[in-house]
Amino acid sequence: MQRNLSVEDLVIFTALFFVLMAGLAILGWGVPIVYVMHGWLIAAAAGWGLIWMLGRASGGAVKMPLEYNDRVIRFGIIAALIWGIIGFTVGDILAWQLAFPSFNGDMSWSNFGRLRPVHTSGVIFGFGGNALIATSFYVVQRTSRARMASETLPWMIFWGYNLFMVISASGYLSGITQSKEYAEPEWYADLLLLIVWIGYLTLYLRTLAKRAEPHIYVANWYYLAFIVVIAMLHVVNNLAVPVSIAYPKSYSLFSGTQDAMTQWWYGHNAVGFLLTAGFLGMLYYFLPKAVDRPVYSYRMSIVGFWGITFLYLWAGAHHLHYTALPDWVQYLGMTMSIILLVPSWASVFNGILTLNGAWDKVRTDPAVRFMMVAILFYGLSTFEGSFMAIRPVNSLSHYTDWTVGHVHAGALGWVAFITFGTMYKLVPWVWKREGVYSLKLEAWHFWLALTGTLIYVGAMWNSGITQSLMWQTYDADGAFLYSFLDSVVEMHPYYVARAIGGLLYLIGACIGVYNIYMTVSGPEKVETQQAGPLAPQPAE
Amino acid sequence: MSTQHQKLERHSLVFAMAILVVASIGGLVEIAPLFTIENTVEKVEGMRPYTPLELAGRDIYVREGCYACHSQMIRTLRSDIERYGHYSLAAESMYDHPFQWGSKRTGPDLARIGGKYSDAWHVAHLEAPRELVEGSIMPGYAFLSKTRLATGHLPASLKALSRAGVPYTEAQIENAEKDAAWQADFEQNYEGELQESYGDNVQVRDFDGAPGRLTEMDALVAYLQMLGTLADLETLNPQESSR
Ligand code: HEM
Ligand code: HEM
Repeated sequence: MQRNLSVEDLVIFTALFFVLMAGLAILGWGVPIVYVMHGWLIAAAAGWGLIWMLGRASGGAVKMPLEYNDRVIRFGIIAALIWGIIGFTVGDILAWQLAFPSFNGDMSWSNFGRLRPVHTSGVIFGFGGNALIATSFYVVQRTSRARMASETLPWMIFWGYNLFMVISASGYLSGITQSKEYAEPEWYADLLLLIVWIGYLTLYLRTLAKRAEPHIYVANWYYLAFIVVIAMLHVVNNLAVPVSIAYPKSYSLFSGTQDAMTQWWYGHNAVGFLLTAGFLGMLYYFLPKAVDRPVYSYRMSIVGFWGITFLYLWAGAHHLHYTALPDWVQYLGMTMSIILLVPSWASVFNGILTLNGAWDKVRTDPAVRFMMVAILFYGLSTFEGSFMAIRPVNSLSHYTDWTVGHVHAGALGWVAFITFGTMYKLVPWVWKREGVYSLKLEAWHFWLALTGTLIYVGAMWNSGITQSLMWQTYDADGAFLYSFLDSVVEMHPYYVARAIGGLLYLIGACIGVYNIYMTVSGPEKVETQQAGPLAPQPAE
Repeated sequence: MSTQHQKLERHSLVFAMAILVVASIGGLVEIAPLFTIENTVEKVEGMRPYTPLELAGRDIYVREGCYACHSQMIRTLRSDIERYGHYSLAAESMYDHPFQWGSKRTGPDLARIGGKYSDAWHVAHLEAPRELVEGSIMPGYAFLSKTRLATGHLPASLKALSRAGVPYTEAQIENAEKDAAWQADFEQNYEGELQESYGDNVQVRDFDGAPGRLTEMDALVAYLQMLGTLADLETLNPQESSR
């Protein structure tokens, strides 16, 4: 035990040292000012980590307390909420910019093109990623009945990940981007994330290895798939040649068609393994806990899990229908996307049937209601996705707002709903509170979020179909009936509606954050009985 | 099945490996062949690497996130072809690191925008879109005209691209900074040199309407004006390009 720890310390120490050197190199040689600032940030964070480790080492051997490590989970929840509010706010600013272009301000950093990745990264990686890291830490400890295998790694992961987020988001504002959607961060941020991710995978596997339960619980399968597959995607899609240490810029190793296919293999599976598998892990743990019933079917879990793990990776080509990508890949992508509906809906049925017998909770407990609606939106967006993957349908939907509507049915309705439902359960648990501060506010959040989502998605279905029809309508002589600009002008009312829907969603989220804040600042729960004492680890 | 699976659930490392193996298959089957099958990218006359000025413009296009609203991919659909021109060939993005096909058309496709409007139109439109196109929702980019183009990194950029497989010559890499300035020279003194180095389809002139100043607007307009103009679609073998 003692020896193990010091090996780990040595590895982390070395890693931090290299990060520090990289930070110093960037701040020393870097030319663009924001890039130099990133160098300072990286060096400061790594230096701080090194000092922290030195200080701890001089304090003698680290003792591993005989209880779960929940402190880092609290940090993760707070970070998720902060990024959530940032991400939703920027999303709504984007929505208003599309409705009223003067909101762009016509300054470089405030223009739509630079803000958009702040929104997508903010919500997907900032909000979603932090929520996944926090909940995975919670789930892996509870289902293994073991404390996390390291005292240092969880903190390195948390701070390293959020450092990556700060660097990415501030970089976008100054135009530092690879332009690959959901993989915008440049090479140095990518390397940082890679180090963090290796730590995450190691920690997860080592914690599972010391579990006191013989079997790995199903939620962990999904979290593990999320960690493993994201690692693979991240490495391959970000292969690039940096210009030099002096510049943040790099050029993708691949070009044209190959680059496009690699990117959408990545892009669709960021959806599949971050926005889907990770959050299914959340669902498989927190839904049964919330309603106090076991997962409906073990077999369905297995089919769903391996189906998703296998099929998703084939489906990326549906982003490239009718393009210069060879046809056989397009057809293969389409076919697999349709089959993908089977394992997707296996999870939907498994979730809904787990609720069966606890319908009263849907009525009385807004958190459970969040989760139930999340499952329904997951079912809706996967059905819609498989439908849009069919070539003729895609010829209508591609390049239009229909795609954006589909994205947000999944993102607002599924990802954020399951997260908020989980948060309302998890926050009282990790802060040891009696319950959520106000069920009434929780219900308000629920209805605002649901209304906002329906307005958003409804507006985008209408605008998407309208766009698409206007682009493809001919007059009697075979000429186009509408100019492109006509279709832009026609979008205005839908864009206003979407911005209002987004605003409702944002207000709901703010109420949620307030409610969680009040919960945390409330009195601690009076322990009546020890909740599942942690089995002491046999000495190695 | 269930009992088999229960065995798997007992070994975390094996489970993780199983995930990795199962998840790699799709990519191996669909992506790996794209690099080896020869007709993924058809052969077409006229394609050449970007000149340093065009590359600088392309970098600005990426930096500003133009791809968030504009595609550069004319699909094989009738409505795409009739609105934007001949469908895009794989060869036309063979030097694009990264590709810029886009995923949303908030604005129109730009794959063949080159030569469609005058330089002056582009400059005015980029500076204040709604002055020219009433009802447009595009942001304004007036700051590009005011920003001097940084060229110091261009040799390193070309070098990096050549490492990624773009056939730049040593001379082209070495002269990158000079070539960028020459291409936007209003007296067009060096047209011959540039065309000899890069090919006949290099356009040489002052793009931003401000002679004597090399601005980011020069670079971006130079990039826009060459988009879709390289590939000689006449010489295309119809057999090869039919899909
Ligand atoms: C208040 C809530 C939100 C608002 C108002 C909002 C608004 C927007 C807007 C205006 C866009 C740009 C669409 C375009 O380019 O035409 C966008 C894109 C996007 N948003 Fe959101 N959003 C919100 C929440 C979320 C959440 C929670 C997620 C994910 C968890 C998300 C994920 C995305 C993604 C992935 C895109 C890119 C879509 C694409 O490329 O097709 N959004 N959002
Ligand atoms: C069976 C499951 C799914 C399938 C087959 C599927 C299929 C599709 C298709 C065909 C597109 C349009 C591609 C295009 O024309 O450009 C798309 C876009 C997208 N989907 Fe899905 N989808 C599924 C589930 C989901 C879920 C659950 C989410 C979110 C949580 C999601 C998020 C996205 C995003 C972010 C995009 C936009 C990518 C972009 O253009 O930037 N999808 N999906």
